[in-house]
Amino acid sequence: MEIIELKAKAAQIRMDLLQMIHGAKAGHTGGSLSNADILTALYYRVMNLDPARPKWEDRDRFIASKGHAVESLWCILADRGFFPKEELETFSQFGTRLIGHPNNKVPGIEMNTGALGHGLAISVGMALASKRDGRGYRVFCLMGDGEQAEGSVWEAAMAGAHYKLDNLVGIIDRNGLQISGSTEEVMGLDPLDEKWAAFGWHVISIDGNDMEQLVDTLEAAPTVPGKPTLIIANTVKAKGISFAENVPHWHHHVPSDEELAQALAELSAVLAGYQQEGQVR
Amino acid sequence: MGNKIANRQVICDTLLELAQSDRDIMVLASDSRGSAAMGPFAQDYPEQFVEVGIAEQNIVGISAGLAHSGKKPFVTSPACFLSMRSIEQIKVDVAYSATNVKLIGISGGISYGALGMSHHSVQDLAVTRAIPGLAVILPADRHETKRMTEALVNYEGGVYVRIGRNPVEDVYESADYDFVIGKAVTMRDGSDITLIAAGETVRIALDAEVKLKEAGVSCRVINMHTIKPLDEEAIIKAARETGRIITVEEHSVHGGLGAAVAEVVVQHHPVPLRLLGIPDEPAIAGKTKEVFEHYGISAENIKNLALDMLGQ
Repeated sequence: MEIIELKAKAAQIRMDLLQMIHGAKAGHTGGSLSNADILTALYYRVMNLDPARPKWEDRDRFIASKGHAVESLWCILADRGFFPKEELETFSQFGTRLIGHPNNKVPGIEMNTGALGHGLAISVGMALASKRDGRGYRVFCLMGDGEQAEGSVWEAAMAGAHYKLDNLVGIIDRNGLQISGSTEEVMGLDPLDEKWAAFGWHVISIDGNDMEQLVDTLEAAPTVPGKPTLIIANTVKAKGISFAENVPHWHHHVPSDEELAQALAELSAVLAGYQQEGQVR
Repeated sequence: MGNKIANRQVICDTLLELAQSDRDIMVLASDSRGSAAMGPFAQDYPEQFVEVGIAEQNIVGISAGLAHSGKKPFVTSPACFLSMRSIEQIKVDVAYSATNVKLIGISGGISYGALGMSHHSVQDLAVTRAIPGLAVILPADRHETKRMTEALVNYEGGVYVRIGRNPVEDVYESADYDFVIGKAVTMRDGSDITLIAAGETVRIALDAEVKLKEAGVSCRVINMHTIKPLDEEAIIKAARETGRIITVEEHSVHGGLGAAVAEVVVQHHPVPLRLLGIPDEPAIAGKTKEVFEHYGISAENIKNLALDMLGQ
């Protein structure tokens, strides 16, 4: 997929997830909107995968360590054909497999995550297996910035560098907000880049809502032999909705009918712009 | 019965044998290769060994990732930390995600006698058996440990194993018996009372049986090597046929083997039941035998308790 198509796809995914959350009256809206561009870049361009064979041995692996922001992932997996799109209507409903966190009963989900601070260690294990088996698949692990306060993240960071896992890519969705306020107020993280670098990772900071930067960085990763890569993807929480961006309570705010209508109108206009631009090209 | 060898040694020896033909077997250690007796494995199979340092959450997460990729990881880490510090990883990454991880809790129970409550592991059974889908096993001697290790390699799913630190006396004459995960072994048959034990307390129960026989009591001894899935049938049968049960365990009386047996007995065939184990307190310091004696986990005390229950 070309960059302009990816941008249009991300806008569509944002519309899908807002409708899904509105329908279910539940969800983590802010974080799913902030990571929608990252996941779009991974699932439509960067990762080596085959929706017809979700367990194909040489696929790249994706672990959503910030499991609460699963809504964008459900919409993307459905759109890519891992399961029928109609199933999105069951999100968060009684007996569904599309629960509020990644669930490996759903094709395309590798592991159950959601308890924060678990994903990177699992990813280290996968990347290590890839190395020991000489397979060469890459492992992408998306973490939240609030999640960086979990000590287990740093245990895994140490191990990733120790085992020289240059097929491992950590991504931090650095939107600066967590449920109780800004990350710097709740538990200061900066200088986050220096911390990861000190742990032996190759650190790259980008605009995590800029599709060109995302694709360039993710496609090139890993960039340094013998080192895992850590991408600090600076994003905007609730990105894409003018009145929700950077507003803390949108962490898990469910849009009202009016808010949904306005958000969809904004995103439709953005989408139409990309579609027009794509046709002109 | 004089041939004493530590169960951790047996696990290493067995894995050394099996790893040669099964390259998916991996051993992980948390700066614990010495205490797990896994030094020879690390030496002989460096490509199948992973050191994670002192990081119990990490060792479980990494193992889950390895298992997800087709490996058969054996995590060897002190039971006290493995079962408690990383319990959320065990719940989510191993049990909930259904990964094929074998968790070997070494130096369990009160093996680290004088090191105190921080290093005693007498809550591990309560914690691990509450997790859906996780099997929980305590092998009794070197023969059972060997058979168990072989079974674990072929068992698909998460398992928590607890073994002690020190050499233990044999309870079997050989490894030539039927070991099935989830199936208790009746070591002695009897009709007046049943002793149910697991791990290193099986030896104590067998010694009590000898004393009871001398006192004219017909005593059944069940080795409940698998705490979960529990062999409910063997328990109900014992309750029905012997009418009285004593459980003997190296664990808190809250939530361990005795509690598991009690749950079954009270729901299916209520009979008098006594639970022998570590009371609700930080266990006293000392060698295993001394601590056991202090809390009445001894053949003599079991004999007296049984006679009391029988009204003799």
